[in-house]
Amino acid sequence: MAENFTIAIASGKGGTGKTTIATNLACAISQTGKVVQYLDCDVEEPNGHIFLKPQIEKTSSVTIGVPEVDEELCNGCGKCGDLCQYNAIVCLKDKPLVFDQLCHSCGGCMLVCPTGAIKEKAKEIGFVDIGSANGVKFGRGRLKIGDIHTPSLIKNVKGNSIKDGIVIIDAPPGTSCPVIEAIKESDFVLLVTEPTPFGLNDLKLAVGMVIELGIPFAVVINRSDASEKMVNDYCSEQNIQVILEVPDERRIAEAYSVGNMIIDTFPEYKKDFIELYERVSSYKR
Amino acid sequence: MKIAISSSRQTLDSQVDQRFGRAEYFIVVETESMEFEVLNNDNNASSGGAGIGTAKLLVDADVKAVLTGNCGPNAQKTLSAAGIKLYTGVSGTVSDAIESFKAGKLSETFEPNVDSHFGMGSANG
Repeated sequence: MAENFTIAIASGKGGTGKTTIATNLACAISQTGKVVQYLDCDVEEPNGHIFLKPQIEKTSSVTIGVPEVDEELCNGCGKCGDLCQYNAIVCLKDKPLVFDQLCHSCGGCMLVCPTGAIKEKAKEIGFVDIGSANGVKFGRGRLKIGDIHTPSLIKNVKGNSIKDGIVIIDAPPGTSCPVIEAIKESDFVLLVTEPTPFGLNDLKLAVGMVIELGIPFAVVINRSDASEKMVNDYCSEQNIQVILEVPDERRIAEAYSVGNMIIDTFPEYKKDFIELYERVSSYKR
Repeated sequence: MKIAISSSRQTLDSQVDQRFGRAEYFIVVETESMEFEVLNNDNNASSGGAGIGTAKLLVDADVKAVLTGNCGPNAQKTLSAAGIKLYTGVSGTVSDAIESFKAGKLSETFEPNVDSHFGMGSANG
């Protein structure tokens, strides 16, 4: 039976190496003959494609429903605006005004409208690209510039998850709604950090988040430095496993800077990623 | 003419609150009689769309013009849709602002002068 396991790669701080870990992990597992899918859920600035170089086979438009008011039917009662917690629809005397970009698509305004004046119209928020990259199944969300419906698009990207393989989710940075949406159904979360005060501070926030969500997790230290152990010290105090350390080496940074994978350029790292997966997959929820 | 001024306090000698959507108070004044009332702006703590909610408050108060420091695009659009005149870049005390308005020294604006979320995060005034 094929393995069915989802690992989300998250971080508090941005720029710690989520995509580096996610893409190398996906490729390393794939090279052992397993079915692997990489989903780039950092939809505001997806960059996994730079390293995986996928062939995109299908692009779909993603829409959400926003209200459209038929002013002929509207009696100006204002119930829609009173209900909306986001001020996405506001009734000015007898004239409703809609702010698409603030709408969370709850549909409440349509339900409370006594005259049926509010209909749902589709608003495009972004795209999902599906393809493959050297045997790794590839999926990516791209939010339209200026749009803020990040969680809705991430949910759509995740809707393309394979059910009979290993799914690697590359999450956005931070600890806010888009991150929660990206990681919430995962079997395991890898929190990528760096040994700096910023990295440690934001790691603590991310640890609080995954504990709240009740998802098993471990820490990956990127740009690890033997002389700077603040993250290791924190993790051992908190009884958190540091599952992988990628050293701070110029040659790794140089490979990264031209879009090359660590495991392709320095094959000695491949076993580290494979071992990481083997340890993580024992946490099947 | 009934006008509203964003205000940091509840009196006419208060400073004009530089934020529109997240202003603490609005002083709604009848410019002929100088009678005024104070509106608490509950949108001050809104998680989003504060400017729209604030504009709606002023629409319901039936004001004809708004004097404030900065106003973002959603608030400007809402005020404009309701036919309320907008004057931005106003500072000093509320009573000075009213006098400037009555003397015709302020010029109406038809565009937002700041981006969305400009007034979030920092107290002002």
